[in-house]
Amino acid sequence: MDWNAFYLSLQLAAWTLVLLLPIGIVTGRWLAKTQTRARPWLQAFFALPLVLPPTVVGYYLLVFTGTRSPIGEFIMSWFGVSLVFSFPGLVVASILVNLPFAILPVQRAFEGVSNELHDAAACCGMTPWQTFTRVEMPLAWPGVLSAAVLTLGHTLGEFGVVLMVGGNIPGETRTLSIAIFDRVQAFDPLAAGHMAGFLLLISLVTVALGYGVLERRGQQRQKSA
Amino acid sequence: MAGGPLIAAAASIRPALEEISTRYNEVRGESVRLVFGSSGTLANQIATGAPYVLFLSANTSYVQWLVGLGLTQGSPVTYAEGVLALYSRSGLLGETENPLMALDYALQNGAVQRLVIANPEYAPYGSAARAALEHAGTWTRARQVLLLGANAGQAVQYALQGDVDVALVPLPLARLAKLQETGQLQALPKEAFPNVELHQQMVLLSGADQKTREFFAYLQTIDSREIFMRHGLLAPRPANPILQP
Repeated sequence: MDWNAFYLSLQLAAWTLVLLLPIGIVTGRWLAKTQTRARPWLQAFFALPLVLPPTVVGYYLLVFTGTRSPIGEFIMSWFGVSLVFSFPGLVVASILVNLPFAILPVQRAFEGVSNELHDAAACCGMTPWQTFTRVEMPLAWPGVLSAAVLTLGHTLGEFGVVLMVGGNIPGETRTLSIAIFDRVQAFDPLAAGHMAGFLLLISLVTVALGYGVLERRGQQRQKSA
Repeated sequence: MAGGPLIAAAASIRPALEEISTRYNEVRGESVRLVFGSSGTLANQIATGAPYVLFLSANTSYVQWLVGLGLTQGSPVTYAEGVLALYSRSGLLGETENPLMALDYALQNGAVQRLVIANPEYAPYGSAARAALEHAGTWTRARQVLLLGANAGQAVQYALQGDVDVALVPLPLARLAKLQETGQLQALPKEAFPNVELHQQMVLLSGADQKTREFFAYLQTIDSREIFMRHGLLAPRPANPILQP
C-alpha cells in the first residue's frame, strides 16, 4: 500500500474541493438565473470534460500550459511554478475536469429556488446577500453537497488527465490511481489489487456518506413541513 | 517521502534499475526517485518540461532528439545493449535452435492466433521485433495475427494475461513477469534483427546537479553493469570504459 500516494490523492481532492466549490456555487447560481442567449453554449462548455476523453483535456493542458508555451512561461516567471508535471499543475487540471461535477448540480439546485421567494425576501427587507445566505443557500444546499461529493469522488478516481499532465512522479503527482497503474506495469498484481480494493472502499464510503446526509436532510425537511 | 534526483527510465529496464537504486542506497546512502514509461513518452514529457534530471532510454534516437533540442548536459552514454526475447506458449514451438523458423512454420499451420509486439512506430523493442520477423521472412504472415502493445510493458502484460501464443518482448521485462513459467522464453541473438540497434543510451538533462552526476557515474560502474547483465541485458557495444566505484 502506497500511503504516500493516498495522502497525495487526499491533498489533491481537498485542494480541488476548496478552490472549486466557490467557483461552482457562483457559476452554477449565475447559470440558473441568467437570461443570456449564450446559456446553452456556456453549459455545453462546462459539461465538456464529461464528454471529452481525458487524453484531449490532457493534450490541451500540455500544449497550453507546458513550460515552453507562452502561458506556461508567464506562470513560471511570475509564480515560479510549472503547471505540468507538478502538484500545482495537477490541482489546476483537476479543477478543470471537475467543472461539470461542481457546477451542474448547483445550477439545478438554484433553478429550483422560485422567484416568488426572492420577491418575498425583498419585501421583508432582506438585502440580496441576506437572501442568498438565508433563503437560497439553505434551499440549494443539497445540490452543493452533491457537487462536493461528486467532485471529491471523481478527483480520487481521476486517472487519464493526471497521468498525462502529471506524469508519474513519486511524492509529487503519483496519486493513488496512478500508483495502481504503476504497480500493474511492474507486474505486481498483489499491490495493485490491495490499492484498488482500498480505493473502491474509500469511494463507496465517500459517496454513501454524501447520499446519507442528503437523505437525512430530506427527511428532516419533510418532518418540519 | 525520500527525495533525491528524479530519473526517467524506459519500462524495459525497470527490474534492473530498481535493483541498482536499492544497491546505490545501501552503498552510498543516497536515494533516487524512479519513473518508468516508454522511452518515447518520457522523451515527450521531457520536451514538455517534466522535471527529470536523468533519462535512460531503450534506444539512441530519443536521446539524440533531446540532445538536438538542447535539453541535455554532456555526452550520452550507452549503458547496455537491449535483448529481445521470444515467448511462446508451452508446446507451440518445441525445442529448437531456430525459434523464428519454428514460428514461421506455426504461423503457416494456423497454430498462432495472437502474436504480440510493442508498437514499432515508437517503441524501440517493437521495431526490433518487426525487424526480426521481417528478417525471418515471416512478417507478412505475422501481420495477420498481430496485436500491438502501446509499449514493451503492455506487450508483456498481454502475454502475461494469456490469450497470446507468441510475444516478442524485452528479456528483462519478460523475466520480471515470469513468462518463462507459463511458456517458453528464449533470447534472440542480435543477428536475428541485423538492421535495428538496441543500444540503450542515457543522458544527463538540463536540471542535473552533483547528486545526479554521482548516480550517473554509478550507473557506469562494474556493480551496475553486473546488475544490468544479470537482468538479461548485454554489455554495451562498442565497449565503454567502466568507472571505478
